[in-house]
Amino acid sequence: MSLLPRLPVPRFSRHFASSAARALATPVQKPVLNKEFKIYRWNPDEPAKKPTLQSYTIDLNQTGPMILDALIKIKNEIDPTLTFRRSCREGICGSCAMNIDGQNTLACLCRIDRKEGKDSKIYPLPHMYVVKDLVPDLTQFYKQYKSIKPYLQNPNPPADGKEFLQSPEDRKKLDGMYECILCACCSTSCPSYWWNQDEYLGPATLMQAYRWIADSRDSHTAERREVLQNEMSLYRCHTIFNCTRTCPKGLNPAQAIAKIKIELAAE
Amino acid sequence: MMSTRALGLGSPLRKTLFSQRTALNQSLVRTTLAKRAVQTESLPPSASNKILNQQRLLRPSSPHFTIYQPQLTWIASIANRATGGALSALLYGFSIAYLVAPGTFDSVHVVEFVAGLPDAVKYAGKALLAAPFMFHSLNGVRHLAWDMTKFMSIKGVYQTGYAVLAGSAIGTIALVLM
Repeated sequence: MSLLPRLPVPRFSRHFASSAARALATPVQKPVLNKEFKIYRWNPDEPAKKPTLQSYTIDLNQTGPMILDALIKIKNEIDPTLTFRRSCREGICGSCAMNIDGQNTLACLCRIDRKEGKDSKIYPLPHMYVVKDLVPDLTQFYKQYKSIKPYLQNPNPPADGKEFLQSPEDRKKLDGMYECILCACCSTSCPSYWWNQDEYLGPATLMQAYRWIADSRDSHTAERREVLQNEMSLYRCHTIFNCTRTCPKGLNPAQAIAKIKIELAAE
Repeated sequence: MMSTRALGLGSPLRKTLFSQRTALNQSLVRTTLAKRAVQTESLPPSASNKILNQQRLLRPSSPHFTIYQPQLTWIASIANRATGGALSALLYGFSIAYLVAPGTFDSVHVVEFVAGLPDAVKYAGKALLAAPFMFHSLNGVRHLAWDMTKFMSIKGVYQTGYAVLAGSAIGTIALVLM
C-alpha cells in the first residue's frame, strides 16, 4: 500500500463533488392545482347557435397570476378559437375589459382566485352587442365619447403664441379624471346605461365631459354644459355607484357626474 | 391553422406534407390553392358597411344583471325604486279607492277591519308597511346627501349604505311595536 505514490487529487473530482449540489438546483415540480374557467362563447360564423359557457381546466401552477395569463394559456394550449382583446397586459390600454366573476374589470389587473374547487366565470362586458366570444362592439361607446368633443376648445390662444397656462390648483381639478383609459368597464356596469345606452351617455363619457368642463383652459364650458341639459344625456344617472365600484383604475365617475349635476343646477 | 380548418383544407394540406409521391403532392397543392382562391372575394371598401350591418343584426346582447355580482350599490338602488313604487301604488290606490267608495275606505272602517285581524297578521302587515317606508325615507336622505356631493367615495357609499340598512331595521321594529 505504501508503495503506491500519493497522487494529486485529480481535477475532475471537484466536478463530481459538486454534482450533488447541482441536482438540488433543478426546479421542484409544483403540485397540480387545477381550476375551471367557464367562458362565454359565441361565434358569428354560426349565428343561430345560442351563446354558451365553455369550460376549460388549467393548472394554476403552470399559469401566470392574472386572469389574462389564464386566457392566453387557454388560447395557446387548449383552444385557439377563443377570442378576446388584449394588448398592454399592464392596465393602461383598456383592451381586456370583461366581466370576471360578476364584476367588470381588466383581465390583466385581475388576479386569479386560487381557492380550491372554485371556478371562475368570464363574460364579455354586460349588455353590449357581442362581436365574438369576449369581444363587445364598442362603436356606440366611442361615438358617445366623440360627441362630447374631448379636446381643448379655445379660439383665443395666448398672446405669446405658446401654450395655455394653468395654475397648479386648476390643474389639480383634472386629477382623477384625465387618467381614464376608456375601457368601458364603468359604463357597462351601469344599469341606467344598460337600459338607455342609445341616449344616455354613461359614466365614462360623462366623466370626460366634466374633465373638459372643469378645465380652466377651455373656453366652451357653457356650450359643453348646454348639450347635457336634457332629460337623457346626463339625468339618467341615478347615483347607483356601480361605475365607481368597478373602475379598474380607481377613478370616481359618479362624483364627476354629481359635480356636473350641481353645476347645472346652479346655473 | 384555423383558417385551413374552417375551409376544410386541413386534411389535403396534411396529405401534401406527409405524402411521399411528389407528383400527387403538386396536384394537391394546386387544388388546395385553387380552392383557396375561390374562397377569397375582393370587395370594395364601400361593401364593408353592408357586411357589418348584416353581422350586427345577428349579434347577441351580452348578459347583464343576471350575471352581475350583487353589490350594495345597485341592490340598494333597485330596492329604493321598488319600495318607492310600492309605496306610491299603495298611496294612490288607497286615495283613489276612497274617492270611488268613500263609505268603505274611510278611517272608521279601516280601523274596524284591522282591529278584527289576528295579532300575527297585524304585526306582519305592519312590518310589511314599515320596512319599505323606513328604507325609502332613509335612502332618500342618502340620495339628497349625494346630490350635494357628500359621501361620494366608495367608502362613503358603503358606510351610508349600511347605516341606512341598520336604521331601517331599527325603525321598522320601532314602528311595528308602536
